Amino acid sequence: MPHRTFFTFIFPSILAMVLFITLPIISVAVQSMYIEHPAILTTVESCGPFGCSKQSKVDVAAMAKLKAEEPMGQFAGLSNYLNHNHLALNDLREIFSQNNSFSGIVSALMNLPFYRALAFTLTYCFVVTPLAMMLGFAIALAVNTMPKILKGPAIFVSILPMIITPLVGSLILAWMFNPAGIFGATLQWLANDPGLSLRASPVLTWIVVLVYGVWTNGPFSFVIFYAGLQTVPQDTVESARIDGASRWQITRFVIIPHLVPLATFVALVQLMDNFRVFEPIVGFSAQANATSLSWLVFNDLVSSDNPQFGSAGATSVITIIGVLILLSPVLLRTWRDFNRKVV
Amino acid sequence: MPRQPLALKTLTNAFLVFWLLAAVFPFAWTVWGSFKVEADFFSRQSWWYAIEGIRTTQQTGGAFTLDGYRGAWILNEFWKPVINTLIVTISVTFISLLVGTLGGYALARSNRRYAFWILIAALVFRAMPPITLVSGYLLPFFQLNIWGFLPTTIIVLVAINQPFTLWMLHSFFLSIPKDLDESALVDGCTRFQAFRMVIIPVMWPGVITTGLFSFLLGYNDFAVTSMLLRQENQTMIPKIASFLGSIQSEGNVMYAVAAVVSATVPLFVLVLFFQRQIVSGLTAGAVKG
Repeated sequence: MPHRTFFTFIFPSILAMVLFITLPIISVAVQSMYIEHPAILTTVESCGPFGCSKQSKVDVAAMAKLKAEEPMGQFAGLSNYLNHNHLALNDLREIFSQNNSFSGIVSALMNLPFYRALAFTLTYCFVVTPLAMMLGFAIALAVNTMPKILKGPAIFVSILPMIITPLVGSLILAWMFNPAGIFGATLQWLANDPGLSLRASPVLTWIVVLVYGVWTNGPFSFVIFYAGLQTVPQDTVESARIDGASRWQITRFVIIPHLVPLATFVALVQLMDNFRVFEPIVGFSAQANATSLSWLVFNDLVSSDNPQFGSAGATSVITIIGVLILLSPVLLRTWRDFNRKVV
Repeated sequence: MPRQPLALKTLTNAFLVFWLLAAVFPFAWTVWGSFKVEADFFSRQSWWYAIEGIRTTQQTGGAFTLDGYRGAWILNEFWKPVINTLIVTISVTFISLLVGTLGGYALARSNRRYAFWILIAALVFRAMPPITLVSGYLLPFFQLNIWGFLPTTIIVLVAINQPFTLWMLHSFFLSIPKDLDESALVDGCTRFQAFRMVIIPVMWPGVITTGLFSFLLGYNDFAVTSMLLRQENQTMIPKIASFLGSIQSEGNVMYAVAAVVSATVPLFVLVLFFQRQIVSGLTAGAVKG
């Protein structure tokens, strides 16, 4: 295809992606170097019946003027990245010099907003992904043994948790895990603890959000593995059986190796997507006990009337770097595939 | 396969029953509960109240009530965000497909190095969490005075959706034989004529599948729509989120439950009709890697 035709065809796509993906990333990076203007204070002398007193007040007019002139705020270099709410280098130094025990360091780290969010994001990523894949594989094996007529309805039901809007899905589960909801009440009864609730127990919050993650991500693995199972070479299975392999051995040595390439694909996609975990935090109102990097950005942006663009920018840039690290194996593989194709 | 031994069969079936229940029960429970009053659905006595609707009968005279739906749809005008959602999702789907088919076709028919780099860039963009991009939109959009309107959000969603659409349609067009459009070129068509007369008639299965996923992206989005739309232009999902802030304190959480059920129904219908396309779309992506 000649260059000209190619670029005519792809121009709208490229334009959209440059304007609304590339430029915003640059804008985020620039923003992250600025901080909001400090409040300009003026001293006002107010005189009442009991004499005069001097008061400091925010000079609204001057603030508005400054904001109009420099909407980005003040240049701050890397200070957004290093302050208490992000990488918190000073706090880190203090924590490591004051605490000797491992658990002391961990609990001190969990008081820093960024590390708290990072800890949950990574836990979510690396706990939900393998568990959801195992669940998906088990469902695929089980559905595969069903009579043909039941398979369709079973697949329909199984993909519902995946197709559901993340916020809606997490709200539905959050209501059921409410102390007055069916699961919440049952848990209280089982634990014999009438005070048990998501709000009160960080551990329970983590577990429930992780359970939500497995519930909503499992079906994706299921669909992929189920499709993979349909392409397992029947000759190999047959000959393995003739050689006396048991059902377990066939699964272990024929079916699983056949599905490994699919599994790597699923794992990479899911890791990438789970790294963005955001809606469940809002849906479960889990922010007191569990936050994520995406949620930190969101929280900076919605914070009442004064959005923290600089802080949101810094967290965004760190998140993007995290995504790139997770993505690097995929990129390497695609690169190698392409070179093989060309050569 | 020989017949499964009894123990394994029981185990498999037990697991299946467990999973299918786990998948469907939360929805069934919430749909059922949305016709009850709050004192039943969030009963302090026992969850059995939600099944029998004891308080609902006491408060409204019947075991089922439409109070939640009335509150959401009429009192809180949930139909407005529903209309906005319709506008946003339908526009996003159409524009994504229009732009994406052209781009995907070009990528599938070019084996130059820059086509590969565009695909790689798309892969990286696909991985970006939308909320990080949103923090880059806000200031420029405020400056340009385009923040808060539906068209802005539609274009942003189209752009965020573009990498995925490009990849999916690219791999779909690869499966259409090159000879088809090349013979049209030999017969004297221009590239665009070949696309219009030869490719468009055979591309519908792939386009419909991709369209479904674009629709889902627009419909399910929370990060972009909640940050980029002003109050009166909100779509369903951010509206539900704002219900939580304002309504929960007033003791009208059932409005949010009814709204959630209302937002879930279209998805169920979608899966009911397009199950095959959704499954094949997911698998096509996987097989291509």
